[in-house]
Amino acid sequence: MNIHAVRVIYKYEMLRAWHTLLQSFASPVISTVLYFVVFGAAIGSRIEQVDGVSYGAFIVPGLIMLALLTHSIANASFGIFFPRFTGTIYEILSAPISFVEILIGYVGAAATKSFIIGIIILATAGFFVPLEIAHPFWMLLFLILTCISFSLFGFIIGLWAEDFEKLQLVPLLVITPLVFLGGSFYTIDMLPPAWQTVTLFNPVVYLISGFRWSFFEVSDVSVWVSLSVVSGFLFICLVTVWWMFKTGYRLKH
Amino acid sequence: MGIFSVSFVFMKKPIVSISNLSKTYASGFVALKGVNLDIAEGEILALLGPNGAGKTTLISIICGIVNASSGQVLVNGQDNVKNFRSARALIGLVPQELTLGAFDTVWNTLNFSRGLFGKKPDPAYLEQLLKDLSLWDKKDSLLLTLSGGMKRRVLIAKALSHEPTILFLDEPTAGVDVELRKEMWALINRLRKSGVTIILTTHYIEEAEGIADRVGIINNGELLVVEDKLALMHKLGKRQLKIDIEKTISKIPESLSAWELTLFEDGQSLLYTYDPNRQQTGVAKLLRTIDSEGLLIKDVNTSQSSLEDIFIDMVNK
Repeated sequence: MNIHAVRVIYKYEMLRAWHTLLQSFASPVISTVLYFVVFGAAIGSRIEQVDGVSYGAFIVPGLIMLALLTHSIANASFGIFFPRFTGTIYEILSAPISFVEILIGYVGAAATKSFIIGIIILATAGFFVPLEIAHPFWMLLFLILTCISFSLFGFIIGLWAEDFEKLQLVPLLVITPLVFLGGSFYTIDMLPPAWQTVTLFNPVVYLISGFRWSFFEVSDVSVWVSLSVVSGFLFICLVTVWWMFKTGYRLKH
Repeated sequence: MGIFSVSFVFMKKPIVSISNLSKTYASGFVALKGVNLDIAEGEILALLGPNGAGKTTLISIICGIVNASSGQVLVNGQDNVKNFRSARALIGLVPQELTLGAFDTVWNTLNFSRGLFGKKPDPAYLEQLLKDLSLWDKKDSLLLTLSGGMKRRVLIAKALSHEPTILFLDEPTAGVDVELRKEMWALINRLRKSGVTIILTTHYIEEAEGIADRVGIINNGELLVVEDKLALMHKLGKRQLKIDIEKTISKIPESLSAWELTLFEDGQSLLYTYDPNRQQTGVAKLLRTIDSEGLLIKDVNTSQSSLEDIFIDMVNK
């Protein structure tokens, strides 16, 4: 294991976030607080409880997931895309470092940043709504798995994208709709029957459901199904990255 | 160097050994066609070739940046794909483009490079390196604030930050001023003295002529020749004899036709091109014949064709 290489990549990526503190940490927290104010306090006060949970508290897990997914992808995709764009990737490719070590450095840093954002948002939510976490271990497990798997997904996008437009394409056109339609603000049974079936094809539903269960023991699908879907997604991302490095896809033309 | 350099190169074991290396890009462009090359430990090898000849592709494959289509590269006996860790750890690369991050400091980017190659931090070594490259006073400067010449030196410092034994310089003096170019040449000589093997690509023939031990000429993905620089010039170089005469003539006399002379526009100089390695160069007889024609020789001077002439000859064949 080239531990020095992992250390410098991880440190470099974390420093990048530190240099842009407002953009990296303050901005997602402020956006999520606005969701709490609008949906939790203003509109939420007029909505009945959902499965015995106040609406303001009900949306907390979904909002955390929304921030985690968005920022995991953004951090990891930009982290690897920018060296490709500027040409400095030559140094990574010519160094005695395996793809696993590259992943630990880049994806580890992106996942760490997302994890910090998740914890800050969770703490901030406590100021707006009364929160209890029924299963802290499961909550942390879902949090960490989501940070890692979506940072991996972002890393794949960063390797695939050829320009800044493509870099934004997947997060804007795929991820944001999936999260909004993934039960962040409602339970599946609030939807018409046909849409309930359609929404089961959305992997984000399983993420939010499992994460919400860890807070309130309320879920759309079994927590084990949620865990399997997240783990499966993580596995697919790992295999994809492995293939990209093995073939040199978009890296070693 | 001369003959000494030939024996020096052959005595040393190859530190890089390339066999049947080929590369065809996805577009169908064939960049390398079965290149074979051994690079001796401690030598300076200059790779010459026009744009698109395959120089950068060759370097990129050795360094692990580009996958080869076929063939093998051994670095100090280690396959650069199967044993990439031990192979790449020995190599430093200075790319052709000024590819540097914008918002890092010189000091941070050097530490980053050193760490990437698995070396633990060594501030004393990096300090000396920056001092050697006249960059010490810029160690806290952001990379985007540096001039082109300084960025080039930072790239060299990054390549040397992990103390490599093989250094690839891809057009190191492209676009740099004369003073910096001379500094680079001096640096390359210092590195060679410290035992570093240096492979450089260049467009500047005088660069190869000035600092290389051996010269390789690449064109259309093929390595046309790799030879000791002086031996190459000796083998392929032509010698020219310019004879200035007192009389002005409009036509070369019939008696001199055997030498295939060229008459200068002013009608007062003749040029004879010959192979200096031939036993009978014909120079003495030529001079006697000119004299007997009564053209009155005023001056003679000879010149050896340069690497540039050899290079142009070879790529145009």
